[in-house]
Amino acid sequence: MSTTIRPVHTAPTFAQSVWLVSNREIGARLRSKSFLIATGILLLISMSSVVVGSIMSQNESLTKVAVVGTAISVVEQTQVFDIVESGTVEGAEALVRDGTVDAAVVPSTDADSLLGLTVIALDSPPSEVLGALSVRPDLKILNPAEQDGFLAYLVAIGFGIIFLMSATTFGATIAQSVVEEKQTRIVEILLSTISVRALLAGKVLGNSLMAFAQIVSISLLVSIGLAATGQRVLLADVGPAIVWFAVFFASGFVLLAALYAATASMVSRQEDVGSATSPVLFLVMIPYFMVVFFNDNPLVLAIMSYVPFSAPVGMPVRIFLGQAEWWEPVLSLIVLALSTMVMIVIGSRIYSNALLRMGARVSLRDALHR
Amino acid sequence: MLDIRGVTKSYGTRQVLTDVSFTVGDGRMTGFVGANGAGKTTTMRIILGVLTPNFGNVRIDGVPVTASDRRRFGYMPEERGLYPKMKVAKQLVYLARLHGLSPASARHNADDLLERLGLTARAGDTVESLSLGNQQRAQIAAALVHDPEFLVLDEPFSGLDPIAVEVVMSVLAGYAAQGTPVLFSSHQLDIVERLCDDLVIIADGKIRANGSREALQEQHSSPRFEIRTAGDTGWIRDVPGITVIDFDGDFAVFESETDAASQAVLHRAVALGAVYTFSQQRPTLAAIFKEVIA
Repeated sequence: MSTTIRPVHTAPTFAQSVWLVSNREIGARLRSKSFLIATGILLLISMSSVVVGSIMSQNESLTKVAVVGTAISVVEQTQVFDIVESGTVEGAEALVRDGTVDAAVVPSTDADSLLGLTVIALDSPPSEVLGALSVRPDLKILNPAEQDGFLAYLVAIGFGIIFLMSATTFGATIAQSVVEEKQTRIVEILLSTISVRALLAGKVLGNSLMAFAQIVSISLLVSIGLAATGQRVLLADVGPAIVWFAVFFASGFVLLAALYAATASMVSRQEDVGSATSPVLFLVMIPYFMVVFFNDNPLVLAIMSYVPFSAPVGMPVRIFLGQAEWWEPVLSLIVLALSTMVMIVIGSRIYSNALLRMGARVSLRDALHR
Repeated sequence: MLDIRGVTKSYGTRQVLTDVSFTVGDGRMTGFVGANGAGKTTTMRIILGVLTPNFGNVRIDGVPVTASDRRRFGYMPEERGLYPKMKVAKQLVYLARLHGLSPASARHNADDLLERLGLTARAGDTVESLSLGNQQRAQIAAALVHDPEFLVLDEPFSGLDPIAVEVVMSVLAGYAAQGTPVLFSSHQLDIVERLCDDLVIIADGKIRANGSREALQEQHSSPRFEIRTAGDTGWIRDVPGITVIDFDGDFAVFESETDAASQAVLHRAVALGAVYTFSQQRPTLAAIFKEVIA
């Protein structure tokens, strides 16, 4: 019989265990210099891309056109040219020759001329000037694109890169920390204390919170950057897509984290983490390449926006392009959330079966076997 | 009281434990010995719930152990491991908190243990920066930091220098003195012999011997005595029922067929002069171990 009175420690609940584990994960990340540096670089890149984009768009100057005499009123009407007045046609020609202006517009010497203007250029027809001065037929666009094609491309790649970077960084981190526990065998102490599910949930939660915090700070930084550099129009367009991106990422990353943890638990050494988790890496890379190559293909984007692995990239891009009905992101989010739950169940099965098997890689069949 | 009942475990077709049953009594230091691969670690993992047995169970005072009971266990796994990049004290506090301690008592226990194990100066160092011996002490601290009510320690003395062995022995003996059942395995049979109250010997996944150390020694001791007297002991050869095994002037080792015969030797020796030693030879643990697993 016990002769002394021991302090009574009440066992922590499942939620408390999860919270303790996730706090340790977060603490370990914050103490890691490489993590802090990588995050700093990612934030710097996203911030500077906004600033550089703003500088580039400001430097876009108007085409310079030399005008002579009566041509001036016609050119002024277009309001798209930087006008340089010249006294004579010869003077205007000289300006074209030395490159001061891109073209010159002078009164036509041909009496039959429809517009009564002659455009002088150096070596090729100046399509911008000709276009502005031409008489155009009426134009009717049946299905106008909401966003400029190039901008859509940039936004799509932006979402793709951020997803790829964050998912692979934190995916690799969670995989390493799973194998670290397995390799050092501290997992035996942990599992004699808390349940496998609590350990897995804590690791996924801790790393997902960090990944989410990173995504949110990138989104905030980009939004602030767009606002500060006066690109408010762009912000209004991209803003809702960014918010949806963060929401989709939160759920999508939990799914990936469970997958990373489960696949990593099948090996016992850090050297084997890379090959064990490569199928998951593939799943993360696919949406990135899909969005780069197919961002102008509505059908592919529509499919992407419902497939759980690519939805965090596909759906925000479609929202930005105005291709998604209001209910579509909600439906896709439900699909994603359900598949995340299924993956957590499968993942924890693999994790608990493989975690204590040291040595050779555990086969997927063994890991799934009850 | 910790009770292991009929535990059987197999991996596929390979049976590693067969009907393993023994008890670890309150306040009893129980030594668990066996050759490599005999099943000690598997048994300990099953006690801790890290592995599930195919048959049998583990009970506390007759009631099967639950997951929340296991938080009251202190466990030191065979293969050592703590987070390499985490500071020693922080790690102990983390483990204590996982066991349900409040932040304050977790810190108090961690500091107290580091003090007792002579690691206070290393509290702020990462585990990977410690020497192997100190890592071992940290590992022991990790098993004890949550005021465990049961201790299961796999090879707690391996890798320790003689001074550290003494420190750890006294810490464990302190727990047993408080009434904690302590199960520990070791290949260092001399340490087991000095420390244990009870002994469990396992070979090929089966318990071969099990009981108090004295009882086992009694059971395995031959009817052999040694005697040392002031004078010559050559006369012993002529006592009926006695076979002298070894003889060297004032010292002799003999086997006795009956208790009466050995007592007759003692009486005569006392009558002849001073007797310095008269004892039944106790087999060493190593000898019992060899005999049992043979």
